[in-house]
Parts: sequence; C-alpha cells; structure tokens
Amino acid sequence: MAFFEGNNMTGGYGKGPDIINSCSVNVERGEIVSILGPNGAGKSTAMKAMLGLLNLKSGSVIIDGKNISHLSPQDRVKEGISFVPQNKNVFAGMTVKENLEMGAFLVDNDFKIIIEEIYNLFPVLKEKKDQLVGELSGGQRQQVALGRALMIKPSVLMLDEPTAGVSPIVMDELFDHIVKVKKTNVAILMVEQNAKQALNISDRGYVLVTGENRYSGTGKELLNDPRVRSSFLGG
Amino acid sequence: MDFVNAIILLLNYIFVPALAYGSQLALGAIFVTLIYGILRFANFATGDMMSFGTMVTILFTWYFQSLGISLGFLPTALLAIPFAIIFMASYMLLIDKFVFKYYRVNKSPPVQLAMVSIGVMFVTQAVVRIIIGPSDRRFFDGEKFLIKAGEFKEMTGLNEGLAIKSTQVITIIVTMILVSVLFWFLNKTRTGKSMRAYSDNEDLALLSGIDPKKIVMITWIIAGILATIGGALYGLDKSFKPFTYFNNMLPIFAAAIVGGIGNPFGAFLGGYVIAFSEILLTYAYKKFFMYVLPESMEPEGLVQLLSTDYKFAVSFSILVIVLLYRPSGIFKGKIL
Repeated sequence: MAFFEGNNMTGGYGKGPDIINSCSVNVERGEIVSILGPNGAGKSTAMKAMLGLLNLKSGSVIIDGKNISHLSPQDRVKEGISFVPQNKNVFAGMTVKENLEMGAFLVDNDFKIIIEEIYNLFPVLKEKKDQLVGELSGGQRQQVALGRALMIKPSVLMLDEPTAGVSPIVMDELFDHIVKVKKTNVAILMVEQNAKQALNISDRGYVLVTGENRYSGTGKELLNDPRVRSSFLGG
Repeated sequence: MDFVNAIILLLNYIFVPALAYGSQLALGAIFVTLIYGILRFANFATGDMMSFGTMVTILFTWYFQSLGISLGFLPTALLAIPFAIIFMASYMLLIDKFVFKYYRVNKSPPVQLAMVSIGVMFVTQAVVRIIIGPSDRRFFDGEKFLIKAGEFKEMTGLNEGLAIKSTQVITIIVTMILVSVLFWFLNKTRTGKSMRAYSDNEDLALLSGIDPKKIVMITWIIAGILATIGGALYGLDKSFKPFTYFNNMLPIFAAAIVGGIGNPFGAFLGGYVIAFSEILLTYAYKKFFMYVLPESMEPEGLVQLLSTDYKFAVSFSILVIVLLYRPSGIFKGKIL
C-alpha cells in the first residue's frame, strides 16, 4: 500500500467517453512520480481524477489507507492534497503575499510561520511579496503557484505541467525547487511534457498511452528503456 | 475680484454639485462592479434595487416622523437608513435564493443571468410603484443649507454666492466613510481578500477551500448596503422618483465600465468622471465668461455645449468611447 494511490481508475468528463481506462498511479511520501505519455494519453485526466475533478465509473482513490473516492475536490484539499493547475494557477490581481494567504485559507491557526517557510524555500517571493503576481515573470509565477499550494502543508502535491511555457534555464530552476519540496517529505505527483528532465529528478515514472498504463519503473529504468526512448524521448 | 467671482461661480454650480452627484453614482457603480466581478453578470436591476432601498428608507422615515423622532438639524432619513439596510439585505438574499441561485447552480452563461436580472428589475419596479407610487417625493427634513448663498455674499462681499446644501455635505461624508470601510474590508480582512480571490480566479479559489456560498451571501449584503445608502443619498439630495432611479442606471453603468468593470476603486473614480463630464458639458458658461473676459468680448449666447436634456447622451458617449478604445476601462478591469 502506497501513501496516495489511484487504483484501476476508469472515467471521463461529464457524460463523454472514457479517457482513462483502468489506470493506476501511486506515490509515497518523499517521492517524485512523473506521469508521461504522448498528447491525449490522459495524463492530466488521471491526475484530475485523483483530485476528484471528474467522476470515476470504477476504481478508487486512497490516501493513507482512507478511501476518498467520493469526496469533492474541496474535501480532498482538506485531506492534505494540494493541486497546481497548468493554467490560471495564481490570483493574478493580488500580491504575492495575498496569494500565499489565500492558499492558507483552510489553515485556522497562525499561517505567518508557514509563509516564512515558503519564503525560505523561494527567496525571490520574499523580495516581491507586495508585488502583483500578474506583473511577475513566468518562472516567478510558477513559484507563487507552488508556494500557494504548499500553504496548507500538504502531504500530497500534484503538479500539472509545472514547466509549461518557461525557458530551459527557468525549467531547471523550477525542478530544483520541486526537489527541495520533496525533501520536506511531501509526495509529489506531476504530469510533464519535458520527459527527459522530469525523469532525471523523478524516483519513479508512469508512461500512459490511450488512458492505460503502458510502462512503469524508476526514473533511470525508463530513461534507459529502449522502447520508451524511441517512442517518447526522441531516441 | 472678477476672477474670484468666476471661481466661486464654478464651485457653486459645477464642483460642489458634481462632487455630490459623483458620490451617489460611485456607490451605484461599486454595486454594479461587485456583482459583475463576483457573481459574473451585469445586474440591470441596479437602479430599481436602489429605488427599492430608498423607498424602504422613506417608509421608515415617515414612521419615525409619526412617532415624533427626529435628528434635529440632520435629516431623519439618516436614522432610517440602518433599518432600511437590514430590510434591503434580506430582500437581496431572498431574490438570490429564489431567482439567481437557480441559474448560478446550473452554471448559466452570464448573458442569461443578465436577462434574469431584467426580470427582477421589472418586478422590483412594479413592487415599488405599488407600494409608494410613481410620483415625485421629498423626504428631506432638518436644516437645508450649511451655507446660504446670501450669507456667503454678505460674509465675503462678493457678487457670487456659494450655497452648500447639507445633503451635499452628508452625501460626500457618508460616501467617503462607506467607501473607506469597504476598501479596508476588501483589502485587509480575510473574508474581503477571499472575495477578491474568488473574483480573480474562481477555480483556484475553490481549490484553496474558499466557500462560494459565503462569498455570494456577503456580496449581496454589501450590495444591499450600497443600494440603500446610494439611493437614499440621491433621494435626499434631489428627490425620490422611481423613474429617475431607473434612468440613473445608464450613468451608473458608464461609471462602472469607465473605471474598469470588476474593479471597485475604478468604479468609485468612474462615478466622479461621469458626474463631472455631465455637468461640465451641460453648464451654461455665459456668466463665467462675463467675469473673466473684458466687456467688449462678452458672449451673446448661453455658451452651453449641450442642453441639460442631453445629459444622458454624455454618459452614453463616454460609454461608447471607452468600449471602443479601451474596453478594459481606465483602471484595467475585466473586458466585457
């Protein structure tokens, strides 16, 4: 039993066709797991299913031994699952500090200590704390998005393409930050397009094709697997 | 001396009235902008909700007057406003529960909600006319002038008098207090910030655990406060006639859009932009030029750019110009 797992998940959006078929993903605390695959493989869908953004026809989602398959996304957030969407993942019209405060909306006690921890993790946010997030660069915005998601002190952090649309240098920097977050004993599940770089920092990875698990293994294994290399990593 | 007279003339006929009228519009515009930003539809019932709030204020004022309660030199209506607000906030929540909620839960497109608000507008309008009637009513009592034109002339020895009505001063003071408290609430308190977050990015707000029901409820309560106070101040300063309130919707929407719809501070300033434009463009400047120009150059006509009948054309033109050239408004709201 892993800490956070989605077992044999089948489902799609609304009444549409199934996008994922009997798809299983799991992640332990202090581990980075990547979900990879070609366009339209259902990577993001699998992740959203684990957050409860779509109704599963079958399968279950379990955190720390507790079945949360029937909880709404908001209630899953209360269980310690944080999600960073791919687009619109910050409050652009609010300051960095206000974004972090909103992340802590469910935290009843003093969140100032948590904010300090986030500032230590992402020093640039402390510098820019009173600036509107809409005025920050793409990489800094992603850090705000990560920071906001970390404010509830989650046990599971799900990232939907955290490096989409940022330059290679910023991408490396963001991956460094994600590794730092992992060291705080958080289970990290991410969907990535930049497969090679993602596998480099991942403990394990899943390759999905047409909504089903195709390959899985440790980051190294997948990187060196000739079938995975030829079909997804460009040789 | 003539120059001072000219300044006093402009203060008396343009600056002071525009400041008061602008404050009244600003409150309505903040109402429109809050509903648009948080509930995501253009509320066409704004004008009539303000008229409803004013009507309740008048009814309470009459009741207090019948009991012989008064505030001395201040209008009794000020005492009635808090009671009217409680009534109005419940009215808003009731309408939301029975009308708007259904469309919100079904995630109807904004245009459908706007159409629904037109329905609410007609019903509210009818209720107001049934209860208090369509005629013109004055409910002001207490001291009318803070400074009378005649007294001012005697005091300063100038030809021009500066009259300041107590309702103008009350309007400006109440608006400043209300708007400061509102901005403090939106920018400094947790609930206010969560309202801004919800307006900024609804999905992310939900993922952060912000409760949409609470946000909607508070929005309607604030809307009730703004509608009652804005409407009552307008009624005190001018007079209460339901049809005028319906007409005021145009300058109010223009103010909200000029300021950038969804941006409360923009709406606040937008109110003054519209009020000053309306009054500056419809004022007859003849007397002003008589003071500042030598006698030989005295103008023959009234030197009025537009007749006051066209004052709505001014807000309408501003609306069209803003939508054509800067659809997000001066202070960058959302694009309609």
